[in-house]
Amino acid sequence: MYRYNDFDQAFLDERNAQFRAQVARRIDGSLTEDEFRPLRLMNGLYLQLHAYMLRVAIPYGTLRSDQMRQLAMIADRWDKGYGHFTTRQNIQYNWPKLPDVPDILDALGEVQLHAIQTSGNTIRNVTADHFAGAAADEIADPRPVAELIRQWSTDHPEFQFLPRKFKFAVTGSPNDRAVVKAHDIGIRMVRNDRGEPGYEVLVGGGLGRTPMIGKVIRDFLPPADLLPYLEAIVSVYNTLGRRDNKYKARIKITVHENGIDTIREKVETRFAELKPLFSGVDQEMLARIEEHFAPPAFRNAPVEAYETARDRDPVFRAWADTNLAEHKSEGYAIVTVSLKKHGATPGDATSDQMRALAELAQRYGHDELRISHEQNVIFPHVHKSDLPALHEALRAADLATANVGLISDIIACPGMDYCALATARSIPVAQEIAERFDQLKLEHDVGPLKLKISGCINACGHHHVGHIGILGLDRAGVENYQITLGGDGTETAEIGSRTGPGFAYDEITDAIERIVRAYLDLREGPGETFLMAYRRLGADPFKAALYEDEKAKTHAA
Amino acid sequence: MPRSFTPKVVTANALLEGDVVYLTEDDRWTRDLNEAELLTDEAVAEVRLLDASRRQSEIVGAYLADMAPGDAGPQPTHFREDFRRTGPSNYRHGKQAEGPSRS
Repeated sequence: MYRYNDFDQAFLDERNAQFRAQVARRIDGSLTEDEFRPLRLMNGLYLQLHAYMLRVAIPYGTLRSDQMRQLAMIADRWDKGYGHFTTRQNIQYNWPKLPDVPDILDALGEVQLHAIQTSGNTIRNVTADHFAGAAADEIADPRPVAELIRQWSTDHPEFQFLPRKFKFAVTGSPNDRAVVKAHDIGIRMVRNDRGEPGYEVLVGGGLGRTPMIGKVIRDFLPPADLLPYLEAIVSVYNTLGRRDNKYKARIKITVHENGIDTIREKVETRFAELKPLFSGVDQEMLARIEEHFAPPAFRNAPVEAYETARDRDPVFRAWADTNLAEHKSEGYAIVTVSLKKHGATPGDATSDQMRALAELAQRYGHDELRISHEQNVIFPHVHKSDLPALHEALRAADLATANVGLISDIIACPGMDYCALATARSIPVAQEIAERFDQLKLEHDVGPLKLKISGCINACGHHHVGHIGILGLDRAGVENYQITLGGDGTETAEIGSRTGPGFAYDEITDAIERIVRAYLDLREGPGETFLMAYRRLGADPFKAALYEDEKAKTHAA
Repeated sequence: MPRSFTPKVVTANALLEGDVVYLTEDDRWTRDLNEAELLTDEAVAEVRLLDASRRQSEIVGAYLADMAPGDAGPQPTHFREDFRRTGPSNYRHGKQAEGPSRS
């Protein structure tokens, strides 16, 4: 994992000292809120519904145990004993007080974490496949590239006042777990026909008000061209992107309005100008960064303990079936720890749980943790013989929920319980749906199903790419929930289609149950997932099930 | 015919704590909506907001929020303001835990 050098640390310390002085000037009245606001946003500090909120970046979702322990310490000392992991691999503290924030940032700096550019019209936290460096299907570890982009984009003088925020995601696997097609720039590490490594670059993806799937701007970019090419894209966007209308300012609109071919032409022209200015130092830096991401010393040991536990313990087996993924190294597994216990707030972890995760990462996981955009925690490298003990320890920490990839593994944004932008609540909807399917004992039967909830049109909860998506809106002063079906956030990305009229807060769980029961009736067998069935059948039979009551009412009337 | 004016309160977030505050008749910031001044005259409301917005060293983001008169004091007419005076629904944090009397 990447460790800061003296330059990195000095930069961060300096930046934190600057912000400390800015906070002091705001408190003593020498800065107005209008003057202070852009400064606090650049440092990840929002003002939400009930309190300030500090958004801390977890670059490409990678954490060491000492960092996780510090996140727990911060939660205890300056917040309410928990943190909220988000869909952009950040952690959010919901209750910091303004005078404490400089101390929090210093505490983060001690473990090489920061909140820089987690807000504002800048390049945001660079996200990556949470199975990076571990997945069996991986071509290359995307994290060195993500770290290079983090360093390049942090405080980049040209890109501090972009038309709008700008999000990068990188994957090194053909199976896209990083939703790269829904990012401003998505990078896929690929190999060409000759087997040489390079990048496929996508541009103009994004969810929100106008959801768009990213378009390929370059199908094969040689490794040495990466930074100048990315700089060319952002540079073209910086001049071409609209600043007259916030809702048309994202690069997805720039690409849509100008056409991908025009954008590509302009990017290539700019790239030709920029490329000679890159002396190759970027490649030297990348090479040094790559050394930080050397795989751990995997051990070669028998896995009987795992097989035995699987045979003997049905609880362990159920957990292993849902929460493990295939590791590239023989005898190892990738463990996803669900932060979606039925009825709990998706993505929340208490400080005790964070410390338990840190402890277990040290004991069983080569000191590595990951945060997924699906709001779960991952131990990327666990030897299978350690899995029974790990599972037992997770149970003790109330972290052994066996539901990864199932309907209760819900992505939910904070919604109107916290967010100043929200138009409706998300969390209680997620809680009720998860509890319903737990009571019905149906979710293992239903199988893989991604349910995603956003509490406003901005779509932090990725509802457009949920197999079932829920969007909470304010309809004439009442919470109302629209459903979309058939969305997909993977390499076969698709934006879901709206079913029709929305549902009231107290109707939405029943509505979701009707859709799921319709799927169970319609599927050809357990091998046909919800998404497969939807793609075979289209929306109509699901809509019929969804609105059956409405029709009955109409007939009765 | 002029549109009828919905009564309002001046509300904001406290500068240091970030929590929700309301303006009282005697120009204090209170954490308790019951103590807020209910403004029934549009012109008066605008002036109250203007004056309150200038108190930059105390609050952030003052605005007028719709309220209805109630026995105990102003009552929210929209669920957003109801959450603001209560706190989140997933944990007993915020005003519902701290009690509104702290001011």
